[in-house]
Parts: sequence; C-alpha cells; structure tokens
Amino acid sequence: MSEMKKIKNLKEFSTSADRFEGANLLCPGCAHSIIVREVLNATNDDLILSASTGCLEVCTAVYPYTSWDASWIHIGFENGSTAVAGAEAMYKALKTKKRLKQPDRNPKFVSFAGDGASYDIGFQWISGCMERGHNMMHVVLDNEVYANTGGQRSSSTPIGSSATTSPAGRVSYGEKKNKKDMVAIMASHGIPYSAQVAPNKWKDMVKKIQHGMEVDGPVFINAVSPCTTEWKFDPKDTMLLTDLSTDSLVFPLYEIIDGHELNITYRPKEKDIVPVEEYLAAQGRFKHLFKDQYKYLIKEWQERVDANWAYLNRREEARV
Amino acid sequence: MAFDKMELRDIEVWDGNFAAAQALRQCQIDVVAAYPITPSTPIVEGYAKFLSDNYVEGEFVMVESEHAAMSGCIGASAAGGRVATATSSQGFALMVETLYQASGMRLPIILNVVNRALAAPLNVNGDHSDMYLGRDSGWIQLDAYSPQGAYDLNFIAFKVAEDHDVRLPAMVHQDGFMTSHTAQGVHTLSDDVAYNFVGDFKPMNDMLDFEHPVTHGVQTEEDWHFEHKARQHNDMMTKVLPKIQAAFDDFEKLTGRKYNIVERYDMDDADVAVVCMGTSVETAREVATEMRAKGIKAGVVGIRVVRPFPFFEIAEALKGVKAIAALDRSAPGGAPGMLFNELAGCLFNSEERPMLSGYVYGLGGRDLTKKHLVDLYTELQANVDAGKVTTQLQQFIGVRGPKLAFL
Ligand SMILES: Cc1ncc(C[n+]2csc(CCOP(=O)(O)OP(=O)(O)O)c2C)c(N)n1
Ligand code: SF4
Ligand SMILES: [Mg+2]
Repeated sequence: MSEMKKIKNLKEFSTSADRFEGANLLCPGCAHSIIVREVLNATNDDLILSASTGCLEVCTAVYPYTSWDASWIHIGFENGSTAVAGAEAMYKALKTKKRLKQPDRNPKFVSFAGDGASYDIGFQWISGCMERGHNMMHVVLDNEVYANTGGQRSSSTPIGSSATTSPAGRVSYGEKKNKKDMVAIMASHGIPYSAQVAPNKWKDMVKKIQHGMEVDGPVFINAVSPCTTEWKFDPKDTMLLTDLSTDSLVFPLYEIIDGHELNITYRPKEKDIVPVEEYLAAQGRFKHLFKDQYKYLIKEWQERVDANWAYLNRREEARV
Repeated sequence: MAFDKMELRDIEVWDGNFAAAQALRQCQIDVVAAYPITPSTPIVEGYAKFLSDNYVEGEFVMVESEHAAMSGCIGASAAGGRVATATSSQGFALMVETLYQASGMRLPIILNVVNRALAAPLNVNGDHSDMYLGRDSGWIQLDAYSPQGAYDLNFIAFKVAEDHDVRLPAMVHQDGFMTSHTAQGVHTLSDDVAYNFVGDFKPMNDMLDFEHPVTHGVQTEEDWHFEHKARQHNDMMTKVLPKIQAAFDDFEKLTGRKYNIVERYDMDDADVAVVCMGTSVETAREVATEMRAKGIKAGVVGIRVVRPFPFFEIAEALKGVKAIAALDRSAPGGAPGMLFNELAGCLFNSEERPMLSGYVYGLGGRDLTKKHLVDLYTELQANVDAGKVTTQLQQFIGVRGPKLAFL
C-alpha cells in the first residue's frame, strides 16, 4: 500500500520534509513552486518526476545544481509526460523481471508541465499517455501564458488578456479566443481521475493529489498558477490572486471520476462569491479592459463564468 | 524465467527486419516504445508477436508518434534498463529533436533504422537520407549490408552502447526493402549464446534507484554547455572505435563472422576504389571482380561505422589508391555529399592526395546497376590514365534526362 501523509494543519504541511528545495530561480511569489511542494508533500512514497521545458524546469535544474531531491527528468518542451510514461514502463518491466533494486517501494510517477507544454505543444503526448493507461499523474501549472519565453499566448490564455503575441493595442483588446477546456478533454479519455486544483485551497488539493496517487491509471490535474510577472501583480499577492481566482469561480474547483462523474469540491457561499471584475482588476494583463470601449467584455466574462458554473452544477446534479 | 526460449535452426531464412526483431528478442529488451512506419514496421510487429507468444518479457509501449517513441525510450532508459526501437524516414525525421536529447543525456538506446528516402516527394523506398540526417546527432551509427549484418550488428550495438565507458546511443542501419524485405540465409546464435554475448544490462544513474535520486536533462548555458558537448565528442572520438573493434573481435571468436570498422575488398593493390555503404557494397564487390578480369585494379571500401567516422582507418584502407569515388545515396542539398566531404577530409593531408570524385545515386530506391558501376570504374581508370579528374566532381548516376554533373 502506498503511504500518504496525514496532514492536519498548514504548519504541519509546510514543515514536512521537502523534496523540492526552496533554492531555485523562480520569481519571488511564483505559484509554480507552491503547487509543486503541495503535490510532493502529499506523499511519503518515492517519486519519479519530470518537468517539461518552461519556467519550472529552467529554474530548478541549472547545472551543476538541482532543486530536486527525488529522481527527475527533463527532455523537451512537449514530451515530459512521455518521459514519465517511459520510466513507468521500465518500472513495470523491472518489477516483472525482478530486477528492481528496492522492490518493496511504491513509487509515484508525476509529470509537471506548463499550460503551453500541456494545452499546446505537448497535447498529443499527454493524450497518448492518458489513453494508454500509464499509472502516472500529469500536473499542469496553468499560468495561462508562455511565461518562460516572455509572455506569449497559449490556448489557455483567456479572452481579453494582453499577451506578447496577442497584445492589447489601439485597435485590439488582446487575446480573442477563449481558454480551452483541458480538464474536460482529458476526462473524456475515460481516465479514472481528473481535477482542477488551486494552491490556496491546499486541503482540497492534497486530498485530490492523494486520491490521484492512489487510483490505478492516468490522472490529470490542472492547477491554477498565478504568475506575478505575466499577470502583472505584486509578488506578495500571489495567494490573494489565487483566492480571487477560486472565489470568483473563474477557476472552479472540481473533480471528474472515471471520465464522467463530476463533483464540485469548493463551493463559496453566495455572499462570498467575488465579481469577476475584481479578479480582472487585480491584474495588469487585463488593465485595458477597463477602458469604456471594452467594458462590455467584462460583462461577457461574468456571463461566461456564470454559465460555466451553472453547467458544472447541472453536471454534478445529473451524476452523469 | 517466465518467458519461453525459441529454438532456432543454425541457418534461418530471414529478411533484415525479422533478423533485427530476432536480435532484439534475444537481447531481452526491457522496454520497447515504438511507432510503425514502412519499411521498418515488421521489426515492431515481429517484436509484438514475440511478446504475445511469450517469447519476450518486458514492456512494449505502442505510442502515438515516433517523437513519443523516442521520448518514451529516453524516459525508460533513464529509469535504468535495456531499451530499443525502430524507425525509418519521416519517423526518423520526427524523432530528430529527441535523438540529440538521448545522446546528450548519455542514454544507450538502440535504434534500428531501416533506411528510406525523405519526402517530398513522398517515397517509401530505400536511400540514405534518414541516415545522413542523423549524422551529427551524437549517435553511434553502424551499417548493415545484409540481413545477417542487421542481426549481428544489433548485438554489437548493445555491447558497445551500454559499456559504461561509452554510454552513447547507437543506430543499426539497413537498407529499406533491399535488406529489410529480402529474405536470405541468416546464421543464428542460440538464445543463450546471444544473450551472454551482450550480457546483463548494468544500470548507471538510474532513476529507479530510490536511494540515489538523480537529475537528468539539466539546463546549461554558455558556462557549461560547451564542456558537456566537448566531453561527449571526446568519448565518441576516443573510446567508441576501440570498443567496437573489441566487440567485433569477440564476435568473431564466438561466431567466426568477421566485421571490420572499414570493410576492404580487393584493396591491397587497388588503383581505383569505390567507397560506399549498404547493399551497394555487395554490388560494387561483384563489379570490382569483373573489372579485375578486364585488367583494371579495382577495389571496394565499405563503411561499416558511419559515426564515429573512421577517419584514419579509411585513409589507411585507401593508401596507394590513385582514383577514388565517393558514393552518396542522399540528395546533398547544395553540397558535394557527406561521404565525398568526409573522404576529402581524410585524404587532403595525405602525402599521395589521390583523386576524388563524387557520385550521387539511388535516390528513392532507384537501382544501382552493375552497368553504372562498370562505367564508374572505367571513369576512375580514365582519371588514373590522365593523371587528373576527367569528369566533373559531382555526377548523378541513374537519373532520367540529360546528364547531371556539377563542380
Ligand atoms: C520544441 C520547442 N519549441 C519552443 C520552445 C520554446 N519554449 C520553451 S518554454 C516555452 C513556453 C513555456 O510555457 P508553459 O509551458 O506555459 O510554461 P511556463 O513557462 O509558463 O511555466 C517555449 C515557447 C522549446 N523549448 N521547444
Ligand atoms: S515568470 Fe511567472 S511562472 Fe515564470 S517563474 Fe516568474 S512568476 Fe513563475
Ligand atoms: Mg505557462
């Protein structure tokens, strides 16, 4: 049986043994590192990890240093998921052949990748891993932009966001297309577990990660990861931004079991729901939306978020 | 052991693909991650059938592309076990990014490359475009000329690549269709003898050793990148050929079959020589013998190891030769051709500095006929007689329309 940690409070969680070192080159206030620690700290089991090219990778394994106190591999931008799938296949092979050096362990196989590496360039590789049923977890660090290369749009970049390849300008409000629904796409592979998580809701996150590590088969996790540099907010406000993202329901937290059974896992009280406008106003990437000519987009944003929330609720209720 | 051994006859009638699949079976690969493409598909299919008949034990991962195939191989190899796959042409081209990653990460993966042309225009037949595309990728490249070679060189490849002094991936090349789909008698090894020749896989920096976590695939910039690449090149240049030679020697002792880094045929007193690869070597040998009957002292040099390029061994093999033809089976894209260039490099500083001319042939599976080679040797002899190259330096042979020659 695998060994999951019993974590009662935040202090216990934050002081538990780290296999991801604070010594890294991520920006101060970067949510990537918070998410990674929350994922790794969910288990005491051995870990085989990968990162796809992106902020996390370039900031945590710069020769001759490494921030990883667990086996870790990076190959390229698109294929981190398949790197872990290959390692998982080798684990199975050596287990069958009785050649594992420590046969009594229960390693967990986890690939981390940005939204660019997951929604765009690595989409096919992840789909392949999910379809083939590897016993692994793919975690997207979703900051809705190619942060590592300076803020180009990805298919996770939401409408109205100003990215360097879809910049707001005299005649443009920035990104024109809506964010791709990756969790739904991955769930439709029929995988045992997929979920959206946020680092501020750490109990919810740990529960989901632990569940994901316990199920047999591929797991897909989308984690909202506010980026101080590209979303343009003060580094001290990362958690504030994360709160706004979950409490405005822009990033609703839910899980999908076996590809169909949807459960909402965080339901802010009606009075606590934050208007989407507040979420947008807290970030420089949406600043231009507050000009008169673009205010209609804020209204449309709210309508989209409301519709999505209603949709998730209907799905949860329908139990299909 | 849980899987069954296979009884083989001393000589089996196998094509190059099946010979390679049998070699992989006998090497007991831990993980094969693969994707089908003509003409290498039967290697993967053959392996899959062995698995479903319980002749191999391990994981066979049918991925969604060749890029993913090599990505999976990299992850599996870094995890710590024996890994192999096969591809051709477009699949090889799709893999290129990961080929550099595999060699830079020092992972001893074996890739069977069944050589095929590169589109456009789309073509499924054999030429060396894919082999040439891989030539700077940091992989060892061995070239088989026949199904027997495709079988034997796989054992050599594992033995050399997995050696802890080497730790570099290796390709075993064979010509699409001419070798891969042509059945011939292949002398076999028994399962035990074959496996013992290659030996158990010895892991190094394996991710699955949980007591010693490792970081694979780091970032290096101008501070360290050059040292990594230089060291890798150093190992390729200084360690690989001696290891290949040692493996060839051991293999000869075991089987009586002798392979050489550079294969010489009638070279002792040759005035004129053809340097080529793949199935063309055999054709050239036949024609060389016929030319000798006509009084032309003809010889053939076959390249067995394409990378690391056997610079001195080739220069040595060509010592005393007056006129040499380099045969390139890949569209050179605005240059004289890989083999021409490498040979020029080998010979430029030699005292005799023989005459060198280049021939581009066989693209997209076009036959290289004996007639072509007779004409070619005749031209080389004319060069010898005239004391200078009498043709242009680059000629296309066997192509329709007016003669194409450049330089
Ligand atoms: C094949 C390939 N194409 C492009 C790049 C350049 N590149 C590296 S990281 C990156 C963006 C990463 O974005 P994301 O995956 O969202 O991660 P983030 O940095 O935002 O965490 C890009 C475009 C690359 N390294 N490899
Ligand atoms: S640019 Fe954004 S994602 Fe990248 S390290 Fe900085 S805060 Fe993190
Ligand atoms: Mg991103």
